[in-house]
Amino acid sequence: MESTGFVRTTMVPAVAPPISERTVVGWLRTNLFSSRLNSALTVLFLALIAYVLWQFLPWAIRSSWTANSLDECRASIKAAYGEHASGACWAVIRERYLQLIYGFYPAEYYWRPNLTFVLMLIALAPILFPRVPRKLLIFSGIYPFLGYWLLWGGSIWGVVLVVGGLAAAYFLLTVLSERYGLLVAVTSIVVGTILWWMVAVAPLQGVLHSVIPLGLPAVASNQFGGFTLSTIIGVTGIVASLPLGIVWALGRRSDMVIVRAISVGFIEFIRGVPLITLLFVASTLLNIFLPPGTSFDIVLRVVIVVTLFSSGYVAEVIRGGLAALPAGQFEAGAALGLDYWKSMRLIILPQALKISIPGIVSSFIGLFKDTTLVSIIGLLDPLGLSNAIRADSSWNGIVWELYAFIAVLFFIFCFAMSRYSMHLEKRLETGH
Amino acid sequence: MTTNTVAGAPATSFRIGMLLNDSRYRSTTIQVVVLCGLMLFFAWLINNTLNNLATLGKGVSLSFLGIPASYDINQRLIEYTSQSSHLRASIVGLLNTLLVAVLGCALATVLGVMIGILRLSRNWVVSRLMAFYVELFRNVPVLLWIVFFMAILIESLPRPTAFRGDNPEASMLLWDSVAITNRGWYVPEPLFTRSLGDLSVGGIFEISVDLVALLVVLVGGIVAARMVSRRAQQIQEDTGVRPATWHVRILLITGPTLALLFALGFHLGFPELKGFNFKNGIYMRNSLIALWLALSCYTAAFIAEIVRAGIQAVSKGQTEAAYSLGLRPRLTMGLVILPQALRIIIPPLISQFLNLTKNSSLAISIGYMDVTGTLGGITLNQTGRELECILLLMIVYLTISLSVSSLMNWYNAKVKIKER
Repeated sequence: MESTGFVRTTMVPAVAPPISERTVVGWLRTNLFSSRLNSALTVLFLALIAYVLWQFLPWAIRSSWTANSLDECRASIKAAYGEHASGACWAVIRERYLQLIYGFYPAEYYWRPNLTFVLMLIALAPILFPRVPRKLLIFSGIYPFLGYWLLWGGSIWGVVLVVGGLAAAYFLLTVLSERYGLLVAVTSIVVGTILWWMVAVAPLQGVLHSVIPLGLPAVASNQFGGFTLSTIIGVTGIVASLPLGIVWALGRRSDMVIVRAISVGFIEFIRGVPLITLLFVASTLLNIFLPPGTSFDIVLRVVIVVTLFSSGYVAEVIRGGLAALPAGQFEAGAALGLDYWKSMRLIILPQALKISIPGIVSSFIGLFKDTTLVSIIGLLDPLGLSNAIRADSSWNGIVWELYAFIAVLFFIFCFAMSRYSMHLEKRLETGH
Repeated sequence: MTTNTVAGAPATSFRIGMLLNDSRYRSTTIQVVVLCGLMLFFAWLINNTLNNLATLGKGVSLSFLGIPASYDINQRLIEYTSQSSHLRASIVGLLNTLLVAVLGCALATVLGVMIGILRLSRNWVVSRLMAFYVELFRNVPVLLWIVFFMAILIESLPRPTAFRGDNPEASMLLWDSVAITNRGWYVPEPLFTRSLGDLSVGGIFEISVDLVALLVVLVGGIVAARMVSRRAQQIQEDTGVRPATWHVRILLITGPTLALLFALGFHLGFPELKGFNFKNGIYMRNSLIALWLALSCYTAAFIAEIVRAGIQAVSKGQTEAAYSLGLRPRLTMGLVILPQALRIIIPPLISQFLNLTKNSSLAISIGYMDVTGTLGGITLNQTGRELECILLLMIVYLTISLSVSSLMNWYNAKVKIKER
């Protein structure tokens, strides 16, 4: 039988891509003017952008950076651009940016928040990026205490004793857990450490300080403010609320009825009330709840409340991640003979946390933004400071410039966090 | 996880160490310890509280709610004077919270759905601009947005006096029916010449009978229209021919309502400039408008992301399957895509509504008198009853949140995919 098939013996020359794929005009046609409706939308939105820029840019550019008060500012803008010109008075930022960043922290000690911030980046590096040497993690562990000491000052011996207590506790834990089992070891160590901090640290610190006086001048909490305060509250809250959130989430999925009930009650309570009511509790009610005569720092109180608040939200996100794991993972852990904590630590949590990254990071961003609420209970975060600046007679009536500055700073922080979370998602992606 | 007891395990006598080392007893031990710890903690708190209150010479009582509040609330939905009690002031505040929450949820949904869909547009300018909007609003604190919107309203809108004179600088909008000034917005109010009067509810507040009658008639019309449409469905299933019912349904919904409006003598009361300010019409203060717009725009950014994610989560195969079944694009959207997308969208959407309601407590920063501003603000400061006020405030918000989330649980159970 004769074959009618035909196989081409030479390659066909490659054809150039269609015009819509290669030229600017083609790009415009596919992306901007693909249909009548799309063309109309493009024109409409371009007009909108042009209008906003037309209104905003002259104001932002015809500005004054040199004046020392709002009146001076307006006069200089009128002198430069005509009688009816109105422009931004960025001079207020030039004059007050240090205050917006450091609050009323003594100017000669600005190096302390700066150093704390730089050290924070170093401490965070091994946690955020896997390529950084693992040994730095020890520094990350010490950092919270070091940062506290740098910011608030005082004798170094308190910090040394607290860290020493922790180190001793860790050492004892490894010894005791081999001999008496994990549960006994953990319980006794936790009780022991807390007792050490509450009873022994204060007198020992006094003794050591009188022998070798080593420390930094103390800075009171009411001098904290601006972005330093926001960052302190935000970063501490973020770091502390993740482990706490994990504990609540595990508690909520626990088989123990009472533990579950407590976790559910806590999470629903936290998620049911606005943060501002909890901040009211921190600022007014805590004195009533605590033994007579105790008063502790307002910044610390706010940090605790913000941490608890955020942990409720983180817990719900992680619970979602746990629920999304197939039951086979739990069963596989049990089949391998792992106990509860080992199977959580090695099998369940790494997967559940990976799923929950976007949610966790967005609740962290929410926490960082919510630090502005402390201005309502009278702390001087950037927003509180903007009111304080407006109370100054030379800057009375200035609004937009301050808000824009604050908004830009918050935007940078939050946007960076959301981008990092996307990067992390991609890095941990193991699917196909 | 589970405490498995092996059948036929050797029955050993009980030793005290088994409380910790035997998995049958360990969880009970832990729970008892936790419960005792928790009870001790609460006992300690309550003891401290009672001691501290005794030192201050205060007891715990709610009698302060009965005494006259003696402060004014300028934006209110029900009758209130400075002689009214603190309880009534709190109710006015609660209604203000609910007002801004309902208005905000409505506007945020509209804006959010629009932005979420536009963000999926293939038009480069449109999708980029919407992405910019979302990032801008999500990454700046909501408190900043609230004070910012308030500043815009106060600084950039015309004063009421600018509307005066023969050649005014500012003019009213929409055929002289809406006046937007830097003191607030004036919009037309619905009036009835043959009103049915008001109905007192438990002596606390009054409800307009006209409004109730209108709602009843409207809901009745909608129910009747649905019955007609169900009957048409039945006929279609029996005979294969669907009778045209849209005109009957429109008539059923609008007819009785319009007739009632006419019977009541419905007309609009327009705001008028009298002297230095506007009179008549509904007056919405700046603080309400600023809070409303700021919360809506902020929440809309989150809703847009939810809507986008929900639509993207329905796989493309669903659309293709619907097309291969011969469904038209509109039916595909209505019968295949939207029901699946809504199941994903609704739960986070409702939690955004709750967030908006909780964020409305920030009203205190711009002087809008919501429940935080009255009960947790001026009432607290005047009576010095921090404990009672803040606890009541928390209970109010908890009640709102828990009732909405139980509604959400009901919905989730209803739309859950039925599996084996």
